[in-house]
Amino acid sequence: MADVQQIIKDVTGIYGKERKALMPILQAVVKTKNYLDDQDLIAVAKALDLSAAEVFGTASFYTFLDTVPRGKNVIRVCKTISCHMAGKDAIIHAIEDTLKVKTGETSVDKKFTLLSANCLGWCHKGPVMLINDQVYPELNAEKAIEILQKYQEED
Amino acid sequence: MENTRPKRVDIIFLMEGIDPIKVVENAMKKSPDEIILDMIDSGLKGRGGAGFPTGLKWKFTRNEDSYDKYVICNADEGEPGTFKDREILDRVPEKVFAGLAICGYTIGAREGFIYLRGEYNFLLPVLNQKLDVFNAGMKKIGLDFAIQMRSGSGAYICGEESALFESMEGKRGEPRNKPPYPTVAGYLGKPTAINNVETLVYAFMIARIGAEKFKEMGTKDSRGSKVFSISGDTPKAGISELELGMSVQQFVDEFGDGDTKAVQVGGASGGCVPRKMFKETIIGYEGIPTGGSMMLFNSSRSMYNVLHDYLEFFTEESCGQCTPCRVGCQQLLKGIEAVKRGEKNPAYLDDLKKLAKTMKVAAKCGLGQSVANPFISIVSNFKEEIIY
Amino acid sequence: MSKYLVNLTINDIPVSVPEGTTILAAASKLDFRIPTLCYHEDLCVAGNCRVCVVEQVGGRALLAACATPVGEGMQIHTNSAVVRTARKTIIELLLSEHSSDCTKCYKNGNCELQSLAHEYRVGDHVFIDLVNGKRKHIDDLSPSIIKDDSKCIRCQRCVRTCDELQGVSALAVAYKGDHQKISTFLDHPLVEVVCTNCGQCVNRCPVGALIEKTYVEEVWDVINNPNKHVVVQTAPAVRVAIGEELGYNPGERLTGKMVTALKRLGFDSVLDTDFTADLTILEEGTELLTRLKRAVVDKDPTVALPMTTSCSPGWVKFIEHTFPEFLPNVSTCKSPQQMFGALAKTYYAQKKGLKAQDITVVSIMPCTAKKYEANRPEMRSSGYKDVDYVLTTRELGMMIKQAGINFQNLEDSPYDSIMGESTGAAVIFGATGGVMEAALRTVYEVVTGREVPFANLNIMPVRGMDGVKEAKVKIEGCLPEWKFLDGIEVSCAVAHSLANARKLMQAVKDGTAHYHFIEVMACPGGCLGGGGQPIPTNEEIRSKRAAAIYGEDEGLPLRKSHENPEIKMIYEEFLGAPNSHKSHSLLHTHYLARKKY
Repeated sequence: MADVQQIIKDVTGIYGKERKALMPILQAVVKTKNYLDDQDLIAVAKALDLSAAEVFGTASFYTFLDTVPRGKNVIRVCKTISCHMAGKDAIIHAIEDTLKVKTGETSVDKKFTLLSANCLGWCHKGPVMLINDQVYPELNAEKAIEILQKYQEED
Repeated sequence: MENTRPKRVDIIFLMEGIDPIKVVENAMKKSPDEIILDMIDSGLKGRGGAGFPTGLKWKFTRNEDSYDKYVICNADEGEPGTFKDREILDRVPEKVFAGLAICGYTIGAREGFIYLRGEYNFLLPVLNQKLDVFNAGMKKIGLDFAIQMRSGSGAYICGEESALFESMEGKRGEPRNKPPYPTVAGYLGKPTAINNVETLVYAFMIARIGAEKFKEMGTKDSRGSKVFSISGDTPKAGISELELGMSVQQFVDEFGDGDTKAVQVGGASGGCVPRKMFKETIIGYEGIPTGGSMMLFNSSRSMYNVLHDYLEFFTEESCGQCTPCRVGCQQLLKGIEAVKRGEKNPAYLDDLKKLAKTMKVAAKCGLGQSVANPFISIVSNFKEEIIY
Repeated sequence: MSKYLVNLTINDIPVSVPEGTTILAAASKLDFRIPTLCYHEDLCVAGNCRVCVVEQVGGRALLAACATPVGEGMQIHTNSAVVRTARKTIIELLLSEHSSDCTKCYKNGNCELQSLAHEYRVGDHVFIDLVNGKRKHIDDLSPSIIKDDSKCIRCQRCVRTCDELQGVSALAVAYKGDHQKISTFLDHPLVEVVCTNCGQCVNRCPVGALIEKTYVEEVWDVINNPNKHVVVQTAPAVRVAIGEELGYNPGERLTGKMVTALKRLGFDSVLDTDFTADLTILEEGTELLTRLKRAVVDKDPTVALPMTTSCSPGWVKFIEHTFPEFLPNVSTCKSPQQMFGALAKTYYAQKKGLKAQDITVVSIMPCTAKKYEANRPEMRSSGYKDVDYVLTTRELGMMIKQAGINFQNLEDSPYDSIMGESTGAAVIFGATGGVMEAALRTVYEVVTGREVPFANLNIMPVRGMDGVKEAKVKIEGCLPEWKFLDGIEVSCAVAHSLANARKLMQAVKDGTAHYHFIEVMACPGGCLGGGGQPIPTNEEIRSKRAAAIYGEDEGLPLRKSHENPEIKMIYEEFLGAPNSHKSHSLLHTHYLARKKY
C-alpha cells in the first residue's frame, strides 16, 4: 500500500489530480506490481475523487490494466492472424508445458502469468510475445523456452 | 502503371542531411495559412486508414477560436497486420516530432501529445529521451510548443480518435457521438488536430520541400506514396514505402510467393481481395483504401480460420457500448462457427451478411462499421471454405 | 438554445427548429415517434443502443436521431427500408443477448424492449442465443433491488442515473467487447458497495435487469393469516401516483379510492404515514429549536448545525457513506415510516388491546430504499421489527390488479383510526421542499405565535424543481420563551436528487454556504419521484404529481402539523412531549459511518 501511495504522489505530481491523471497512475501501479488489487483501486479513487466503481470500470476496459492477480512476469503471446499463421500455437504449448500452466493462469511460484494477446504489431516477425514491456519477435518453441529460463533465473 | 512493378520510394525513413528542428524553424518563416495551402495542394490524406485530407483538418482546427488547442499523434497502431508506425517511431522519431510541431505552429497549439499503444512501451525510454532534446530545440528556435508521451494499455478501439481522447482523459476508450468532430471539440473538449504517425512525416516532408514532389506521385485520388506493412505468405515480409496507384496484381507480383490466393488489404477491418480481382483492384482511395496493411494468403490457408481470427479479434476489441458492434460481432463469430459445425444451414450466411450490412450503417464508430468489410468480402469470395 | 432556425425535411415534411435541436426532437415536433432505448429525458445522451437510427439522404451511414443535431437542408427518413431493416436487426440483436423469457419476467408488460419487439413483430429469433452459455449472474442480496445481468441490454441508463442524477456512481460500465457489463466496484453485491438503494436506476431500466425486490407474496400470506392483525400505512407520495399503475394519467389525487382498495385487499387497518409525518415535524422542529438554543444561548460549540432532515433513507445512507463527518448534523428523528412502525407495535397495540407480536406492519412507499431502511438493525424499538414489509407504489398497483378490484369505480373511504389523521403539512412531505415548508409552518408559529408570513401558508421559495433551493425566514416578535431567536434570520436550503445534495453538502463543508436547516430528498422531485413510483418517469410527470400533492394540501382543513388532533392526543396519552425520553427511545435513531469506497 505504501508503494501505491508513493506512486500516486509521484504521478499526480506530474499530471495533476484531475481525471486525466488516471491512466498514468494505473499504468504506473501495474508497472510495479503487474495488476491492481481492490486497495489500489480504492487508493486511486480517493486520490482523484472518483468512485471506486468508475476506476474499476475504466481499468477493466484496458487489457493491460489487470484487476486480477498476476505473476511477477506477464507473458503475452500474440494470437492474431499473422502470428497464428506463423505458429503461435506451438509457442503457447511450449510455454504451457514449461510453466505447467494453461493460458490465463499464473504459475504456482507466482513468477509467470501466461496470457494471449491481440495483435502486438510484429506481423512480419511472428510469432511474437511480450514479457512485461519487453518484446520477443521471431520466436520458435526452443527460443521461447530459453527466454523464459532467463527470467526463471532472476532471483 | 499497368504491368510495371510497384515503385519504391524513400521519403519516410530518409534522414541524411535533414535536421528536423531546422525544418521546423524554416517552416515558421511561412504563415500558418501558407502551410495549410501547401498541405491542401499536396493532396495528402490521413495515413491511418480513414483518409481525411490533412490540409483541411489543419485548416478547420486553425479556424476554431480557442485559447487551448491540441495536436495529437495517433500512435495507437493496433490494426492487425500493421506495424509501420512502430518502425517509423523507432527509426525516425524526430521527423514525427517535427511534423507535430509544424502542425502545432500551424493550428496554434502549444501542446502536443503522442499516444503510443501500450504494446510499444519498450520504445518509451528512447522516445522520452529524444523528446527532451527536441522540446529544448523548440524553445531554442522560439516556438512555444512541447510534446509529451501518453500510453495506451491494450485497447484497439483507442485508435479511433474520439476513443483516444477519452482514454487520454482517463476514461474508458469509448468512441463519442459525432458531431462534434475533433477539430471542434477533441481532447478535453478543445479543438484538436489528430494525425497518424506516417501522416505527420509526410506533412514534415511537404513543409520541408513543398508539395510538388509529393503531388507528382500517385493518382488523382491517391496522391503520394505510402508505407506498407507486408506480412503473411510472402518472402518479403516487412516495411516497404511504395508509390500509390498500383493494382493488387502488381503488388502480388512483387511480394507474393507465387501461390497467393487472396490479399487482405487494410488489416482486419479492411477488405479481402481474391485472386480473380487482383487486376481490377487499385490500392488507394479509388479502389481499396488501406492504412498500409497488406496480408497475403496462399492456397494452404483456410479463409475460415482467417475470418474466424478477425471476428474473434473484433468481438474482444469492440468497446461494447453500441448494440450493432457488441452483439453483431458475437453473432457473426458464433454464426460462422454454427455453419461450420452444420448447426446452421449455409443459407444462414446470407442472414449474417445482412447483419454485417446493418453493422456497416448503424454502428456508432468506424470499428463496428468496418467489420462488414472482411466479413462480406471473405464470405462472398470463399463461401465453400466457410461452409465445409 | 440558439435562436437560429435550421430548415430540414423529415419524411419529406419541411420543419424549422432551433439550431442544436436533435433529429429526435425535430421528428417529435412533426409527430413522428422514433423508437429509443438508451435515450432518457432525465439523462445525457448516450447514442449507444442505435434503435433510433434514421437515414439522411446522401449520407454514408445512418444517424442516431437522439444524438445528432439537425443540419441545414438535411433530408431525413425515419422509416425507410434501410432504417427498418437496421432497426429490426438491432432489436433482434438485443433480444439475442437478453434473457427473453418474458412471461416469467417481473417487468412483463412494462418493458420497453418487449414493446419494441412486439411493435416490429419480431418472430422466431434469427440469431443465436447468447444468454445461455454465459454465467447467469443475479444479485438478489439487497433487500431493495435485484440486478439480473442476463436481462441487461447495456443501454447504460442506470449508470448515467447513478452518476449524473445521483452523484453516487455505484454502477459503472466495466470490461469491453463481449465481456462488457454494468458492474459495481469489482462486481461486489449492491449491499456491499455505496449504493443508496434509491432505486432511480430501477425507474429508468427499460427492461427487467434492475427491479425492486418484491414482498407481495409475503404480504398476501400475512393478510390471509387469521392470527395476524395487519396494519398498512401509506406514504404521502403514493396517493398521487398510484393512478398511473391503474390506467390514470399522471397527477390524479386518488387518496380515497386507494384507502378503499387497501381495505378490500384485506388489511385490518388502513392508516397513514402522514400521521407520523406530522409527528416528525413536532419532533424535528423541537430538535432544531433545541439545537438553535444551544448554539445561540448556551454558545455550545459542539452543537451541530446546519441540521439536516432524515426522512429519506437514500439520503441517510448517502451521507453515511459520503459525508460521515456530518452525521451529527443529521436529525436523530427516524423517518415517518419507522416512527409509524415503532408506534404501531407500542401505542397502537396498547390502544387496540393487541400484542405487538400479533401485529404486522406493511408500508406502501414510493421508495425502494425504505425496504432497506426497515431492515436496519436499529429499527426494532418496539422489540420487534417495527416495519415488517415495505411495498412500492408499483407493488400496490400489482396487488390491486391481482385482487381483481375495479379501482376506477371505487367509492372514497377515510383512513381508519387511530394514526390515520393528518394535515396538509404531512402530505407535502411527498414533494421536494415539503418537509421544510411543513417545518417552517409549525416552527414559526411555535416561536412567534403567528402563522408563517407567506400567502395562504404556501412557502413558494422552497417549492419547484430547481436542484437546490434556498429560503430565509426572519423571526421577529417571538413569544417570551423564544426571545433569544428574535431577529434571527433562519437560513434554509432544500436539495433533491443526490447529485444536488452532494453539491450542497460540499458547499457547507467548504464553508461557502451557511444554513441552519437543510432538507434533502434522495430522489428528483422528492418522494413523488421516488424509486418505487410508477414507470416511466420524467420531469413533466413529476411536476404533475407535485401539483397534485399541493392540491391535496390546499384541500385539507388542517394544514399545520401541530394542529393534528391525533398528534395532540398521542403526546397527552403516550409520549409526553416532543423529544421526551419516550420519544427518544421510540422515534429517534443513530447513524453509522460507512466506507466511502
